[in-house]
Amino acid sequence: MTQSRARALLLTPAGLWYAAMLLLPLAVVLIFSFGERSAIGGYAPGFTFEQYANLPARFAAFRNTLTLAPVGTVAALVIAYPLAYFLAVKVSPKWKTMLLVLVIVPFWTSILIRSYAWIFLLGGKGIPALLESIGLDDVRLLNTPFAVLVGIVYGYLPLMVFPIYVALEKLDKRLLEAAADLGTPPWRAFLQITLPLSMPGVLTGSMLVFILLMGEFLIPAILGGGKVFFVGNALVDLFLQSRNWAFGSAVAVALVGVMLITVGVYTRLVKRFGASRDDVGLM
Amino acid sequence: MKDDNTPISRKAFMEELRRYQKGSVSRRHFLGVTGLGTAAAVMGGALPGLLPGRARAQDIGDRVVLATWPNYHDPANFDAFTDATGAYTQVNVFGSNEEMLAKIQAGGSGWDVFVPTNYAIPTYVEADLIEPLDLSKIPNFDAAAFEKRFSDAGTIDGVVYGVPKNWGTTGIAFNSDKTGGVVDSWKAFFDGARDKWDGRAMVHDYQLTTIGNALVYHGFSFNSVDPNELAQAEKLLIDVKPHLYAISSDYQPAMRNGDAWLTMCWTGDGKQMNADMPEIGFALGKEGGEIWSDYYAIPKDAPHKEAAYALINYLLSPEVNAKEALAHGYPVADSRTNALLPEELLNDPIIYPAAEALSPLEFGAAVTLTDPNRAELMARFKSA
Repeated sequence: MTQSRARALLLTPAGLWYAAMLLLPLAVVLIFSFGERSAIGGYAPGFTFEQYANLPARFAAFRNTLTLAPVGTVAALVIAYPLAYFLAVKVSPKWKTMLLVLVIVPFWTSILIRSYAWIFLLGGKGIPALLESIGLDDVRLLNTPFAVLVGIVYGYLPLMVFPIYVALEKLDKRLLEAAADLGTPPWRAFLQITLPLSMPGVLTGSMLVFILLMGEFLIPAILGGGKVFFVGNALVDLFLQSRNWAFGSAVAVALVGVMLITVGVYTRLVKRFGASRDDVGLM
Repeated sequence: MKDDNTPISRKAFMEELRRYQKGSVSRRHFLGVTGLGTAAAVMGGALPGLLPGRARAQDIGDRVVLATWPNYHDPANFDAFTDATGAYTQVNVFGSNEEMLAKIQAGGSGWDVFVPTNYAIPTYVEADLIEPLDLSKIPNFDAAAFEKRFSDAGTIDGVVYGVPKNWGTTGIAFNSDKTGGVVDSWKAFFDGARDKWDGRAMVHDYQLTTIGNALVYHGFSFNSVDPNELAQAEKLLIDVKPHLYAISSDYQPAMRNGDAWLTMCWTGDGKQMNADMPEIGFALGKEGGEIWSDYYAIPKDAPHKEAAYALINYLLSPEVNAKEALAHGYPVADSRTNALLPEELLNDPIIYPAAEALSPLEFGAAVTLTDPNRAELMARFKSA
């Protein structure tokens, strides 16, 4: 009795927090999405499916997001995994802390400032000027999908590195020694032991990055020069420019829906993949 | 130090202003050497409302919140206002009238003064978000001193909701070293963007001007909401898009470092770039385009209304307004302020273009701002 009361008491703050900060705004968005845009913009009460019927008007934004978000996630993973492996397994403890701090340091500055720095690096006086000096003329980097990808990977890399690092850090080294004793070459030991056991980290990191990318609007706006249009940018425009709150809410609800589906499918695929790997690992 | 009784020459004033802005001299030195300190003190004596004593300072509170546009004020004026009244000016900068409207519409913006453009005012009035002004609290506003076309949008059905701040135009800024000369028509702008200036042109991230100028290219009104005309403007924009450097209203950095060669541009930005880099010129589209006027106004739910009136009154005093114009490079419609501005500024073709260059321009209309079809067109353009 007292135990359950203590539990209820301890969970109250989190419960209130979620009710006030998550459920309430979500409910408002849901209600708005069935309303209409008033003549001068904003929201006018109503009950119509018009906003949802109009969703194909933002198809291009969803397509862009659903292309660049997975590509960005995979690129971040490809870069982060070796780094996390190096930090967790190879580097001497003397350097480890310092190198980990270096991975975090960029987080001490706002993503806005860091993205602005890339404007100068990718702009005409930055990397393209260097390329020109070795004979590659007229390379345009800024305001392209490539620039957005660079910004995304740069901005979210630490979120990918840390979960993988933690998973690799916990890895029992004796498994690898045993494998070596039994004559397994290092690459096979990596594929059969290290990689499967680090999958939870890979999954967590990928989810973190992917979910944040689906809602991203800042990096495309800054490094895409307004030409790379994500759902996040569509939402900003709908709420702050055309002030069509009803349609904006419908787009937001659709984004949540798309996110739930993609993340659900992804989790299922990775689970299946992880499970089969475990079987191999136990052979 | 200069004798305060000798008037300072305009050239020397500009030099002192630049020195002060760069931080190489103190505000005290600047106010002393230019005589503005004395002027302010005299003004304060003449207008009891401007330089109140401590007891009066209590009345307007300790702060005033201003929502305005980028690069649109002289920060030294805010410092002087704080010294005079004890109220600190908190400045919020916005990118578009829609964004400002969205914040006020959502409620609780906390703003005391904001700066809507002519075409936005009817919408604020219709939505009951804007305070009718008590002109007795703005003695520095003298309606007779203002050119009618730049001040009449502040009055709706005989009620004054806004007093004029600055006016300006939306033209073309071009780097003549790269474009090989003046770009002074929207035809040259959009055709060149797809051809010899491929990847070098910028348009605003703003439906009003970007769609408006694409309409003007086809010979239609800047304010058109006709579906057929909008369809032609859309075709042009989508055709041009792959060749654009960017869709952004923050065009100064790209123009200054040479990545962009030409852009849609507001008067003051054109002047600011031209002052630092003479090769960057500014021209109005021959076929037409936008002329606009901004107004000081007070939101209905302003938390510090007395301070709001005090700030507007202060900024509209001709001496202060002249300092503002020197800092931001936007023209003023107030003849009393213009009388104080240096000759070269009044003759500057960027800031005060000849009347015939202005005649084809149009003021934006209220419906141009709120038309849902234009908003959707912009979204299709950006996501194409």
